[in-house]
Amino acid sequence: MGMGTALNFDELKARGQKLRERLGTETQIQEEIVTSIFRRAEAIASRVTSQSETRSKDWSKVVDDLLTSRIVGFPLMLLFLASILWLTISGANYPSNALAALFSAVEDRLTLLLLHWEVPAWFHGLAVLGTFRCLAWVISVMLPPMAIFFPMFTLLEDLGYLPRVAFNLDSIFQRSGAHGKQALTMAMGFGCNAVGVMAARIIDSPRERLIAILTNNFIPCNGRFPLLISLAALFLRVGQMKYGTALASLSVAGMVLLGVCMTFIVSFILSRTLLKGVSSFFALELPPYRRPQVLQVLIRSVLDRILFVLWRAVKVAAPAGALVWVLANVNVNGMSIIDHLAGCLDPVGRLMGLDGFILLAFILGLPANEIVIPALLMSYLGTGALVEIESLTAMRELLLARGWNWLTALNVMVFSVLHFPCGTTLLTIRHETGGWKWAFLAVLLTTGTACLTCFVIAQSVRYLQMLL
Amino acid sequence: MRQYCWPSETRGISADYVAALAGNPNTGKSTVFNALTGLNQHTGNWPGKTVLQAQGYYRHRGKTALVVDLPGTYSLSARSPEEEVARDFICFGQPDVIVVMTDATCLERNLNLVLQILEITSKVVVCLNLMDEAERKGMKLDVDRLADELGVPVVPTAAHTGRGIPQLKESIHSVALGEVLPQPKPVAYSRQLEEAVRELEKGLQAVYTNGLSRRWVALRLLEGDYSVISAIRRYTAAEGKQGD
Repeated sequence: MGMGTALNFDELKARGQKLRERLGTETQIQEEIVTSIFRRAEAIASRVTSQSETRSKDWSKVVDDLLTSRIVGFPLMLLFLASILWLTISGANYPSNALAALFSAVEDRLTLLLLHWEVPAWFHGLAVLGTFRCLAWVISVMLPPMAIFFPMFTLLEDLGYLPRVAFNLDSIFQRSGAHGKQALTMAMGFGCNAVGVMAARIIDSPRERLIAILTNNFIPCNGRFPLLISLAALFLRVGQMKYGTALASLSVAGMVLLGVCMTFIVSFILSRTLLKGVSSFFALELPPYRRPQVLQVLIRSVLDRILFVLWRAVKVAAPAGALVWVLANVNVNGMSIIDHLAGCLDPVGRLMGLDGFILLAFILGLPANEIVIPALLMSYLGTGALVEIESLTAMRELLLARGWNWLTALNVMVFSVLHFPCGTTLLTIRHETGGWKWAFLAVLLTTGTACLTCFVIAQSVRYLQMLL
Repeated sequence: MRQYCWPSETRGISADYVAALAGNPNTGKSTVFNALTGLNQHTGNWPGKTVLQAQGYYRHRGKTALVVDLPGTYSLSARSPEEEVARDFICFGQPDVIVVMTDATCLERNLNLVLQILEITSKVVVCLNLMDEAERKGMKLDVDRLADELGVPVVPTAAHTGRGIPQLKESIHSVALGEVLPQPKPVAYSRQLEEAVRELEKGLQAVYTNGLSRRWVALRLLEGDYSVISAIRRYTAAEGKQGD
């Protein structure tokens, strides 16, 4: 039957072509079909709808004019972002500390239990100091900011604010030689860069789609936000500073701004070198504002995003913790493997205002960005004195003890925003572009940008300090 | 019980009938989907496509309905992956009923998709969503008249308050199980085009079109959209393999 079907269809195709000769070209027929359907829709709609009275003032238009205005549109966007971050930072601190204390208590019990069973020391190290601790950090550092930030972001999305953001950013994207819809894929990147890369399918032109894919990683995702938030909180808030929370939120907002600016700059460069061309036009629909369904959003963001992302982090964190512990505790030539590795990376790291351990942590964080901070703490701890991290303050002490200052924190944040995409995103890029070529280019482009930016920041700060 | 299995997955859900949710973006499709299925959902892929789609189920009058949330599209011209997924599912996913979501506040634009879907199948329920918003804007909609003009059941809803959802379930139930047989009125084209369509339809009589409306296939052939033919071949071949 299959054969018969195929034959008949070819015959029909020919017959259709012959019939078409009498009617006109394919485009003319397509047009006739579309127009007829449009007319029918118009006729039906006008017969069934009637407007009772015109409303004096359409408030949604007033709001739209304000949100998308040339003057206040951008400041309002920043204000929304900063307030969300402020709420996240001030809200996440308490549950973070509570979780850390809880895990620390559990860790003590586990240690006692293992001592009681007289297990070998290496097993205790691997299971408790490696695996359990890394897991505990991922959960206590990552979960609270995630649980606060994402429902709020979803609420803004539900309200219908995101298309207005796209509208505001459209002209800048056009001038960067990219597609206006990239604003939307960029916004998706806040959730997850892999999703943002996949969302680039909404862009029809292959050239502009590639730009959107290659630059998506400059937007800090779900997995990187907690790093930014906790570092900002650690270095700006903990020291009883006045307006600490506000400063911390502004610095994270600044990091987002840096990512967005980098997106424009790199898009601009790409569209004039590797991916030459002009931007195409598109129509953007501004949907009506709707009251968000708060309960629905809460349930779905807990179920879909938080649990999913947390599970992903946990899956990676446990083995990563074990791996870091092994690296830190197996000695070769009188030095642990991690010291060897970090030692190799150290000169490069120093140039960029970082150190070898930080670079190593970013490399270990390739499977999932969530584990960068835990891996870093583990490797710092594994080689130094064994400190228990019961609170964020203790974490700060540890980092200061390893020679961190505000410049280190700043550069770690910058590097985190700009560095190479995570494993999942790279796989998605390969899948979406049909080869490793573009995924490789994405790594090169982002890491190059990250190294260059950190280098410039570190060197200029050092130069200024010498001057003063 | 009908075992409905996504070819790309091992997991299947036993359902008495399958309802597909189609519609323009921003018509509250996901809200209706959530209102219908509650938390009984998971996401899956239609074979060969990486556009994610959610599916869920609910029980109504002792029957289990599987609901598939298709990507939001403005048309079925298969120019984007989303449109292709929506079109392929409507054509080859063998849904028992298609619920077309429309935004009551801009009915005209939404009706385009409704009319396109009605050319493919008659098993359609039109969900006129966001009725409360339309009322707030001072619009009056004659629901009976709309049902009459289209020839299919029309259910007014305000999904985020739950208004109209029981009636929607009832309508889905009766169309899916064949208790109600919608009689859509086809869009009339020019005399010459209609003649050509009739001519081609005759030729299609002998061909296996996988249950697709012959009029619709003829129209696609005439406008030179051969992706439909390759899709028919692809899905026919896939079914042949499954049968072995």
